[in-house]
Amino acid sequence: MIRIGIDVGGTNTDAVIMNGPDVIAGVKSATTADVMSGVVNALRDVLAASGMEASAVDFVMIGTTHFTNAVVQRRDLAQTAAVRLGLPATASLPPMVDWPEDLKQAIGNHAYLAHGGNEFDGRVISPLDEDELLKIAADIKAKGIDTIAITSVFSPVSTDFEKRAGEIFEKALPGAHITLSSEIGRIGLLERENAAIMNACLRDLSAHVIDAFRKAIAEAGIKGKFFLTQNDGTLMDAAFAEKFPVLTFASGPTNSMRGAAFLSGVSDAIVVDIGGTTSDVGSLQKGFPRQATVAVEVGGVRTNFRMPDVFSIGLGGGSHVVETEGGIKVGPVSVGYRIQTEALIFGGKTLTTTDITVAAGNARLGDPAKASHLPSDLLQRAQEKIHDMLEDCVERSRLSPDPLPVIVVGGGSILVNRPIAGLEVIKPSHFGVANAVGAAIAQVSGEVDRVYALAEMGREKSLEDAKSRAIEAAVAAGAARESIEIVDVEDVPLAYLPGNATRIRVKAVGELNAR
Amino acid sequence: MPAEGYLLKEEDLLPLSIGAALLGTGGGGNPYIGMLRARELMRKGAKVRVIPLEALAEDSWVAEVGGIGAPVVGVEKIEEGGECYRAMRAVEETADVKVSAVISAEIGGANSIEPIIAAAMAGLPVVDGDGMGRAFPEVQMTTYMIYGAPVSPAAIADEKGNVVVFKDVIDMFWLERFARDTAVAMGAGAGFATAPMRGDFVRRTAIPGTVSQALEIGRTVLDARAKRQNVVERVVESAGAKLFFTGKIVDIRRELKGGFARGHAIIAGTGDWMGSEGRIAIQNENLVLWIDEKPVIMVPDLIMNLEIDTGEPITTEMLRYGQRVAVIGLPVHDLMKTPRALEIVGPKAFGFPELTFEPLTTRQTTR
Repeated sequence: MIRIGIDVGGTNTDAVIMNGPDVIAGVKSATTADVMSGVVNALRDVLAASGMEASAVDFVMIGTTHFTNAVVQRRDLAQTAAVRLGLPATASLPPMVDWPEDLKQAIGNHAYLAHGGNEFDGRVISPLDEDELLKIAADIKAKGIDTIAITSVFSPVSTDFEKRAGEIFEKALPGAHITLSSEIGRIGLLERENAAIMNACLRDLSAHVIDAFRKAIAEAGIKGKFFLTQNDGTLMDAAFAEKFPVLTFASGPTNSMRGAAFLSGVSDAIVVDIGGTTSDVGSLQKGFPRQATVAVEVGGVRTNFRMPDVFSIGLGGGSHVVETEGGIKVGPVSVGYRIQTEALIFGGKTLTTTDITVAAGNARLGDPAKASHLPSDLLQRAQEKIHDMLEDCVERSRLSPDPLPVIVVGGGSILVNRPIAGLEVIKPSHFGVANAVGAAIAQVSGEVDRVYALAEMGREKSLEDAKSRAIEAAVAAGAARESIEIVDVEDVPLAYLPGNATRIRVKAVGELNAR
Repeated sequence: MPAEGYLLKEEDLLPLSIGAALLGTGGGGNPYIGMLRARELMRKGAKVRVIPLEALAEDSWVAEVGGIGAPVVGVEKIEEGGECYRAMRAVEETADVKVSAVISAEIGGANSIEPIIAAAMAGLPVVDGDGMGRAFPEVQMTTYMIYGAPVSPAAIADEKGNVVVFKDVIDMFWLERFARDTAVAMGAGAGFATAPMRGDFVRRTAIPGTVSQALEIGRTVLDARAKRQNVVERVVESAGAKLFFTGKIVDIRRELKGGFARGHAIIAGTGDWMGSEGRIAIQNENLVLWIDEKPVIMVPDLIMNLEIDTGEPITTEMLRYGQRVAVIGLPVHDLMKTPRALEIVGPKAFGFPELTFEPLTTRQTTR
């Protein structure tokens, strides 16, 4: 199987081409303002570097920050109707209540409350009122909106109302983009609703972006199928990604950690991804990034996405190195992508961490003579400082006293040349494009998050039920059934609820079906 | 605080909710939703005054309200809004009195905000105090109930318009049982009001100043974050608490007993506690901290888990393997430490017959 992995970042678009488990070639090129020509360039360059024919490529996997950036920058967002089913419950807080004002205005602040919703045990809060929904549909139509997000109370327990409301809106507004919250998020009404609304407002853009990716791939002469990576490091096919663009949020750090695991062959480790401006440090468990437990904000909006628990510091290959009264200071200011002109070894005037590394003889890059005047005492102290900064983040990310290795990836990896915090350092080959590798090797997943009454089903049966639902979800997403593994099981007993109510979350992951 | 108290401002709600979450000692539910609801009311012009206990006239009546149900339901089935207000009006009507202020049952967690919302809707002031000084899981665990508040009439209201009044209830344990069962029938999220209490009784039995205390803790957290200071240190210092342990969670053992999630969090020491092992018994709240198998903090004293870098309070449901935590302890108010109170909220009441309550003595400031 020949796969191309692409990671579209803020500065660089990285691409790798892989034959099975082997990396054939990896390239870095600049991200372009229109993104697409950068992808076309990256595809062309990586094919050229590998000497392979475009026709040999089976799959292209793309990790992109495009949709995150659209929300963060409030651009290209569609006017969106947010419809919530749950009255009389939830009346105290309308949809988007805690959104930043500018984002709310960017999508029109069209919030509707209607009857519907379920209790935690599936009972109905109030029946769906179809006339009420038809009136809302008429209002949406009159406003010329064709993007709708529907959220019903406890829809992770019962999806019926969201589905029925979706049918009603589809009939009343043919061709409208409709997002159901139960397809995206988990328990936690506002956060799930936020994700559904953000997804809906990205639907116009996603149609455009996915089409552009499709064209870029066709232009490169590639006939294979293409996928986008989601925040948990797994894949969604182009048609699915077009429907659920919000799931691409935070796929970047996930891809680089997954790539690090793959390239090093180590599945439990600390990963340090050193870029030009920052270093991201996270913990890898069974080949997947450990996830954050607190609510994650995207563009100022609370979500309950599972995002990798990554700690970032202002240390990168372009970080300024400055002597101050309090000692040597490294970062957070960085020359960033201008390193090729501003660093000393490239004839510039700014002392960067890369200059220190080259002058100390730990890397060969640019013109070392241009940094040879740096006093050895300075080199010594600057390296100490860099090392201390990394050691601090690694210590934060360590989960146990076990001597886990530290995998160092990213373009700034040259800064590391000795053990960190007494731990073995692994710099895998192709460390500079680990993120693109992570995209290329991404698997397919299925997940469930439900409340079970253990008193009725028993714990074992409930877990089995959740597992089989997760496996079916993974198969539906394109995983090869025989390769599916359950990678995460979490059961949390819910206080105060009868019948030993327990929330069970299961995630199943498998290899992409090669057919 | 001036005798007439102070007006709560919109910008007070965030620090109040942060402080309340911390005083929740791992439980009490997340005050985030309540904070948003109170903010919406304030943006629509509602004004709520916080008054000191001393401002209550002896023969006035005070309502105690709070949400009752399951925290997980609280984040999904958000309130219609008037649940506590309707329950409060129902007890007023049944008892044939008019209340002139609202007070919280528990300052820890979501129930710090519910009385503010009911007070805003009724145009009443909220009292600077509560019945726990922290969070506890059951209705009878308030200083009011412990020191003989009337048990009935109490009332519970849901979002649909159902209001159930408990007209005559023989003791607080029956009240807890009826209220709990009715709350579950209502979908495990409802508003609850206990019998109106006289001003002089509240002045004697409420834990004073806890709304201001939560506000102060929250302001400290926000200030420390803004200045990039060590949040844990600042909180310890300003709250008169003590840092007892730092470490990483290495195991969470959970089980369900009698409707309550029980368990233990095992913490491998770091920093000054490198090589030691901490263990926290958790029910809905953090109950006991052992260090190297020696009990060092016990319920009802407050045991608070903070995320070590951000100072974010960690609830018992959020506890996960690998979290880095600072465990801080704060002595509970003296009203919760009398023999009478310990019968209801001491270690034995929570299923630790082998433990005899040893109070913490770290409070630097006295109220």
